[in-house]
Amino acid sequence: MDRLFSQEVIEETLKIVQREIPLAVWETFYVTLLSTLFAVIIGLPLGVLLVVGEKDGIRPLPKALMSFLNVLINILRSVPFLILMILVFPLTRLIVGTTVGTAASIVPLVIAAFPFVARLVESSLREIDPNIIEAAQSMGASEFEIVTKVMIPESVPSLISNFTIAVTTVLSYTAMSGIIGGGGLGKIAINYGYYRYKYRVMLIAVILLILLVQVFQTVGSKLVVKLDKRLKK
Amino acid sequence: MIEIKELSKTFSSHNGDFEALKNINITINDGEIFGIIGMSGAGKSTLVRCINMLERPTGGSVLIDGVDIGALSAGELRKMRRNVTMIFQGFNLLMQRNVLGNVCFPLELSGVPKKEAEKRALELLETVGLKDKAKSYPAQLSGGQQQRVAIARALATSPKVLLCDEATSALDPKTTRSILSLIKDINKKLGITVIIITHAMSVIEEICDKVAIIDNGEIAETGAVSDVFSSPKSRAARNLVYPEERDYLERSSGQRLLRLVFGGEYSADVPLIAKLAMDKGIAANIIMASTKTIGGNAYGNMLLSFKSDSDFVSAKEYFGSIEKLAAEEVQ
Repeated sequence: MDRLFSQEVIEETLKIVQREIPLAVWETFYVTLLSTLFAVIIGLPLGVLLVVGEKDGIRPLPKALMSFLNVLINILRSVPFLILMILVFPLTRLIVGTTVGTAASIVPLVIAAFPFVARLVESSLREIDPNIIEAAQSMGASEFEIVTKVMIPESVPSLISNFTIAVTTVLSYTAMSGIIGGGGLGKIAINYGYYRYKYRVMLIAVILLILLVQVFQTVGSKLVVKLDKRLKK
Repeated sequence: MIEIKELSKTFSSHNGDFEALKNINITINDGEIFGIIGMSGAGKSTLVRCINMLERPTGGSVLIDGVDIGALSAGELRKMRRNVTMIFQGFNLLMQRNVLGNVCFPLELSGVPKKEAEKRALELLETVGLKDKAKSYPAQLSGGQQQRVAIARALATSPKVLLCDEATSALDPKTTRSILSLIKDINKKLGITVIIITHAMSVIEEICDKVAIIDNGEIAETGAVSDVFSSPKSRAARNLVYPEERDYLERSSGQRLLRLVFGGEYSADVPLIAKLAMDKGIAANIIMASTKTIGGNAYGNMLLSFKSDSDFVSAKEYFGSIEKLAAEEVQ
């Protein structure tokens, strides 16, 4: 206990914090948002397909294709992130050229997050009242118009709410990616706390991670309230 | 003109087939307000969805102005739907769009430029009396107001036919009347054919010219509203027109009951029961009586019981000889 609170330790911690933390926060921030963005770019259309392509959907797709998509998503979602990072090394090398570093950590993050996002999109789109889709059909809307003008705009609040969940999940994954050399607060926590027993530094990194989650969640929740026209009174 | 010919619809599931509609034949003339009434599960919602092919019939055809709409390509069908629009029990507005955006929606789908669409939408909102709510969102409106928006939306593409699927079932009686009178106005002003699906007699009485009674997937009876309602022939029609009768029948089991239906001058001026007592010396017991107004004419009906079978027979004969009076035994 004495050692934890000695003058020496506090000074050393402050030095490390000043030197490492600003960059780490920034890295965590942009890796999280960039990975979620890519995950949404892949996961949103996939989630739409899962809903419109099913048997009672507006554009039923072959059963084999739907089963394939579902199994693929389930497989990707069941592999623990720590193992997934190692499994996708070849792909990471192909895309980024290396398997270590902050940029390289984006590849496994996206691979881990897009199936999750697809499921979230699926659940958001299923919340839509089927009668509203029927009404759009009765007005002569095509399948594409139903997706782009009815299903997605009508579920914007739910989608934003779910994307916020995705952001916070990706944020916790970025911390894990510190193990394979991904940058950010996770790396600081592991390198100083786990390898070098500098618990104070680890504690500060963890507190900052918690704060980041708070920030993302607050922004997300505020946005949902602002965008949901059903809540206007 | 809409001609529904030998229409049938069977839903298949692993529990077996279910015939929702069987051999339906209806002709609806231009400019008519045509009511289709039936109990829940009778098939009326399926029937109305066959008129714009939201539901594909498994047999027969639907002809609109001579065109078999079952044979249209997907693109042609979408165009046809601008001509045959629909309003719903649950209004089904886009909750994330404001009122103006909702009315513009079908115009947007048919490629009308935004400015022009908004101008047309505002005109329509004026027609339905909601111009001041253009910037409001559906969640801020009452049910009746939402249905008015839905009506404006349905009129946006200048359709020839308006389908109303239980459009007033979620509204209170006062709002129902105001929505029905709006529909009637639109029918008169624009000459739009209106097809109304409902389970409520009052809706049919209030605005329909003709009615078809659907029971168990079949048309039990069809004709002018005043004819069907003053002398319903089928069991399904009687159940709808005189829903109270069944309760009375259960209570007075074994007794023969006489139903009197009278309209026009007999509705108020002639003391029928007193006349029967004076002329024949028969005392009738009034079990139930009510009046309805159909198309501006008052109709009354009474359920009578008698002390003896012979009284019943002579009373039936007596009333049967009076003009504009229908007397029949209740089964």
